[in-house]
Amino acid sequence: MIRTFSYVDVMYLVAAARWTLALTSTAFVGSALLGFLFAIARISPIAPLRWLVAALVYIVQGTPLLVWLFMIFFGLPLVGVSVNPWLAAAVAFSVYGSAFLGEIWRGALVSIAKTQWEAGASLGLSTFQQLRYVIVPQSIRIAIPPTVGFLVQLIKNTSLAATIGLVELTREGQLTAAGTYKPFAVYITVASIYFVLCFPLTQWSRSLERKFDGAR
Amino acid sequence: MALVEVQRISKSYGALQVLTDVSLDVAKGEVVALIGRSGSGKSTLLRCINGLEPIQAGAIRIDGVQVNDPTTNLRKLRQEVGIVFQSFNLFPHLSVSDNITLAPRVVKNQPPEAARELAREVLRRVGLEDKLDAFPAQLSGGQQQRVAIARSLAMRPKVMLFDEVTSALDPELTGEVLKVLESVAREGMTMILVTHEMGFARRFGSRAVFMHEGRIHEEGRAAAMLAEPKTLELQTFLNAVLH
Repeated sequence: MIRTFSYVDVMYLVAAARWTLALTSTAFVGSALLGFLFAIARISPIAPLRWLVAALVYIVQGTPLLVWLFMIFFGLPLVGVSVNPWLAAAVAFSVYGSAFLGEIWRGALVSIAKTQWEAGASLGLSTFQQLRYVIVPQSIRIAIPPTVGFLVQLIKNTSLAATIGLVELTREGQLTAAGTYKPFAVYITVASIYFVLCFPLTQWSRSLERKFDGAR
Repeated sequence: MALVEVQRISKSYGALQVLTDVSLDVAKGEVVALIGRSGSGKSTLLRCINGLEPIQAGAIRIDGVQVNDPTTNLRKLRQEVGIVFQSFNLFPHLSVSDNITLAPRVVKNQPPEAARELAREVLRRVGLEDKLDAFPAQLSGGQQQRVAIARSLAMRPKVMLFDEVTSALDPELTGEVLKVLESVAREGMTMILVTHEMGFARRFGSRAVFMHEGRIHEEGRAAAMLAEPKTLELQTFLNAVLH
């Protein structure tokens, strides 16, 4: 039976957006942890480690996120590992995100002049202390704008999780569209909700860029 | 025994030989001026002394501890060998006080209050006590370099290396930095300076070392050597820098 697209449906969509946010947060935390390790590994003096992580990053950046999602969700059960959509999405998005965040952060770390490392080393600081007190604090200001930009991409990309049946904003939209037969109205609502989530972040990222460009 | 012993060291970057068979002993309290054209290897020699650059042959010892020995704790050694760079290399995100106290706090585990007191003391020695809470970007080049010297002094090093510390400064700012160097020298600090300030070398250098093409070409008592160079290369160099 076809029902009408009503206020209640809009509320359901808004409610589903919390799963979009939940997936985004989980993926962002996963990406950040893994990405930070990748960034450090990429600037480490141990060459094989650098190559290994570089290869990993290039592979992830050179393959579609959707394929990773399918590989983990449909592929792992075939080798006896059962995964629910949530876990599959969290893992796929974390791997995908870590490759990008890792590169963003590596770029920020290497943009700090070599003389800053030397100044730290000359004062007797260990490599870890040089990173902790000298390099990372200076890199953060450079890394924040592109990191926020990445977060916006991540929010939008979580819509791919709809394809493995995770009921987030886009999937809820599909279900509502099927039930009401009002795809245009439904998807415009869905798009609006994404926009409301992303637009403030985009603006924030822009203002951070301006702020950090102006300073020093 | 000399405080700094450089014995027959050689260094190359790939095929490019930068230092060839360089030996130099510096006794406690000496002020040695390294002079020479750019590219003659004097800055490299300085950077080898605190282990920033590896060497391929020879040995460097500071107070008996060998720098180019993989088992040496370079971090510990560097606490005793201060270095001040041409481009100051202050930490731009930290206040003057934090620049100075960072290493005493995290390397020597000094309590923050004692470290801040130390910062005040070394800033007084370079005449910048009022800049304790300023940020590097708010200071002139000369003031930044004096903070860099104070930062190095705060580690109470046995020897200090100065790598063309006035070269990045406008002429009117070099005076204030030289004045600080003079007072550090007068306090008895062992100093090795790469410098183009011949006047300073003559007045305060106990010794001058002229480097040419990666070798020590001529050395001697600073005033005598600069007044009466023996080799043609040093004569040519002095003529070029003094006129």
